[in-house]
Amino acid sequence: MSVGGMSIAADDIEAAPAQRAAWTRYAKPVLGLIVPVVLAVGWELAVRFGLSNGRLVPPPSVIYATFMELARAGELQRHAAATVARVAAGFGLGVAAGTVLGAVTGYSSLTRRLLDPTLQALRAIPSIAWVPLFILWLGIFEASKVTLIAVGVFFPVYLGVMGAVVSVDRKIVEVGRAFRLSGAGMIRRILLPAVLPSYVVALRSGLGLGWMFVVAAEFMGASEGLGFLLVDGQQLGKPAQIVAAIVAFAVLGKLTDWLIVGLTAPLLRWEDRARHTEA
Amino acid sequence: MLQLEGVGKTYPNGAHALEGVSFAVEPGEIVAIVGGSGCGKSTMLRAIAGLDTPSRGRVVLDGATVTAPHEKIGIVFQEPRLLPWLSVADNIGFGLEHLPKAERVARIGEALRRVGLAEKARAWPRELSGGQAQRVAIARALVPRPEVLLLDEPFSALDAFTRADLQEHLLDLWADLRPTLILVTHDVEEAVVLADRIYVMKPRPGRLFEEIVTGLPRPRDRQSVRFETAKKQVLAALDRSLARNSRDKADEAPAGAGMWW
Ligand SMILES: Nc1ncnc2c1ncn2[C@@H]1O[C@H](COP(=O)(O)OP(=O)(O)O)[C@@H](O)[C@H]1O
Ligand SMILES: [Mg+2]
Repeated sequence: MSVGGMSIAADDIEAAPAQRAAWTRYAKPVLGLIVPVVLAVGWELAVRFGLSNGRLVPPPSVIYATFMELARAGELQRHAAATVARVAAGFGLGVAAGTVLGAVTGYSSLTRRLLDPTLQALRAIPSIAWVPLFILWLGIFEASKVTLIAVGVFFPVYLGVMGAVVSVDRKIVEVGRAFRLSGAGMIRRILLPAVLPSYVVALRSGLGLGWMFVVAAEFMGASEGLGFLLVDGQQLGKPAQIVAAIVAFAVLGKLTDWLIVGLTAPLLRWEDRARHTEA
Repeated sequence: MLQLEGVGKTYPNGAHALEGVSFAVEPGEIVAIVGGSGCGKSTMLRAIAGLDTPSRGRVVLDGATVTAPHEKIGIVFQEPRLLPWLSVADNIGFGLEHLPKAERVARIGEALRRVGLAEKARAWPRELSGGQAQRVAIARALVPRPEVLLLDEPFSALDAFTRADLQEHLLDLWADLRPTLILVTHDVEEAVVLADRIYVMKPRPGRLFEEIVTGLPRPRDRQSVRFETAKKQVLAALDRSLARNSRDKADEAPAGAGMWW
């Protein structure tokens, strides 16, 4: 899952002197690899030398072999495609709803008073609690799954957009007024660019929740999807398949997060460097 | 010609910010407004800019009442208020969207040269110093060629050296097209350097208190005796504007000390 994007803060705060720049750039990230690599190699050796049979905790070589086998049979691709499709649909719906409602409530204090308390109350409900209801309403197939993902994506996007619109600098808006911008011009030339940085942050946290919720959605009975591979691996006692599916989730989560960062980076070059070093 | 006819403003919270302000400014004239903090200078400027509606009276430009931001009136605020997502060049061209591209590019290029920031055209606002950013803000307000340019304490956040530099710069730019300038300041020297006419305001409610016509020739020599005399004249008027309001304050501040705010 895409929590990796939050690990940079410490490097930003330490002002590295010039002679330490190379160290900071190359050596520091490598430091973070030492622990997982040592653990992986250690476990691999332990199994090789017969210290453990590795049945419940498969060694890296077995996970790799399982992963490649699933890929060669086309299974991995089929399941990943099903999951990606669900996340895409749920993300699209959640982002659309969150953006519209966030913009409306941020823009007008009347709609904010009208809608925000209800939405905040709904937000307090753990979204997984909706599952039985969604299944009753929408059946156990795609609709209920996509809805659950959309609900997960909705809240961070809604909150992010509303907060961003509310906090647009009044002084900058006044510049727009002084130059006699129309409503549409004000939105296009002042409000949209002003909220874009927070919007990207909101999209990224929405996507992170989308990946989290697709797992929950696929646990509630799916015949394909990476979540199905997890359940299947548990029921058939194939831990390597479970770990292979987890790895696939991690890779897809990180890739899609990079996609958002990469696509929006050209629009955000104006921001202070420090704010998006993690790109 | 710009005219204020009995302009008054009471804010919705009851603050009586401005009362009975009437004056006229000829095209090309430079008028400075000085006065203590809270005496309604910004309120008056915002009414002229059409950003706020006066509660009483009206602002008239060339015979038409100003009720909303007007294409012939530009404004520069105390902060540069550049749009951080636009390059310096695009910030300057912000008010030129309606023009054909070639014309726009030509005007931006010319303005960049005039404010000495040609090499910063593609820079982001965050890469500018405070003085450079304020020059961009002035250029942005001037490229649409307004008839009236309003400046609300535009240099007050800058250090003394940069401030003097920008005052000269502003005069240079003004000389190109000679718009009417209305400059709010609390720096008496700035008022005397720039203005043909100086209005001293008085608070609670904000109103015009005294008018001083310096009649100094341009370019002005800040060391000259006439310049010093004009400065003293303005400072004395400021002291009077406060003295009549509250005697203790006037006693605290020695006359002409310039520490009246
Ligand atoms: N938006 C506002 N709402 C209520 N009162 C205001 C507002 N703006 C200014 N005032 C009040 O009006 C008076 C004049 O303010 P202002 O025009 O900003 O003075 P100046 O620019 O001379 O310092 C002050 O007493 C101030 O508190
Ligand atoms: Mg003010």
